[in-house]
Amino acid sequence: MTPSTTLLVRDMRLATRIGGSAAIGVLFFLIVVTLVPLAVGPDLAQLRRIGPAILWLGALLASLLALDRLLAADHEDGSLDLILMGGTPLELSLLAKAAAHWITTGVPLVIATPLLGLFLNLEPLAMGAVTMTLLVGTPALTCIGLIGAALSVALRRGGLLLPVLVLPLTIPVLIFGVAASNAAVAGPMSFSPPFMILCALTLGSLVLGPFAAAAALRHGLE
Amino acid sequence: MALLGPNGSGKSSLLRLIAGLLRPSAGHIELEGGIAERTVGEQAHYLGHLDALKPPLTVAENLGFWTRYLGGAANRADATLAAVGLSGLEDLPAAYLSAGQRRRLSLARLIAVPRPIWLLDEPTSALDAAGQDRLTELMREHLAIGGMILAATHGPLGIEATELRLGQIV
Repeated sequence: MTPSTTLLVRDMRLATRIGGSAAIGVLFFLIVVTLVPLAVGPDLAQLRRIGPAILWLGALLASLLALDRLLAADHEDGSLDLILMGGTPLELSLLAKAAAHWITTGVPLVIATPLLGLFLNLEPLAMGAVTMTLLVGTPALTCIGLIGAALSVALRRGGLLLPVLVLPLTIPVLIFGVAASNAAVAGPMSFSPPFMILCALTLGSLVLGPFAAAAALRHGLE
Repeated sequence: MALLGPNGSGKSSLLRLIAGLLRPSAGHIELEGGIAERTVGEQAHYLGHLDALKPPLTVAENLGFWTRYLGGAANRADATLAAVGLSGLEDLPAAYLSAGQRRRLSLARLIAVPRPIWLLDEPTSALDAAGQDRLTELMREHLAIGGMILAATHGPLGIEATELRLGQIV
């Protein structure tokens, strides 16, 4: 097992052992999706039309919940010092941490999406499209969040700053995620172009996120 | 080498500089005789004020993680835990350990993964007399095989050491 895989397994084990992060995320997602019909009214056609956007917004906000612990816990107990000294490239270690975070908090949101789509009167095609775009888009949210977590890790109450740093950076992912979902259902453009751009954003953030986060950590912890 | 000096004299900062966790504002740190491809920090163990342990994980899981992550052999866990006096606690979550036992578990990392330099920041803190004796023994063994130890301390280490006093105008 490589050091990065070891770190991935440890973080997943910690998430399972501590519990709650996946459940809290899904619960928050459920609350957001439940609140919207109460706010906009019980017009089923309207809910169906704005449903993909609500699901994407809910998933985006829910994915922010556990981000502040992504690096802060390791900073507080001294583990981050040893990770920095480990000999494994910091970028790889951060990618492993991001992967563990996505598996334990992003994947449950994707799995919950079809069920929550029922609350918004979405058709099966729309549910499938939103689920697919979230499956592809949530890793980008995690990698962008990783940068915010690295920037705020050494700050007092950095968790409060984190959403302010991260949310503006996620706007392109949100735009193309919702555009692809809407295109699959209502048209007029086809599903592929926005979906491909979403895939590109995710691939870009997978490459850039760990490097930017590593640079932020190296400077921030000094 | 024992780093001595009053609080705030820079003992911990010096150790973190050598570990590569701080960047020097001027000059550079060089290791003679080490592995040229690796940084000084990659050839050193750093034992800071924090124990780098995860309370929900067991003693064996905590040690196993750092051993694998830092590139050591995970099959020596039993012997390593015995060397720091934690035999029989393998399956106990670290949350239930006392402060001294947590310190012993973080010391176990030093012998589980051989590295030539030990950077120890107040290594005896939280250790009882028996724990301090074990630490002294471990440090003697490390020095006997050619290792190097830099320890920031306020008390005696129990070994002969060159002293570097910080925070004093000579």
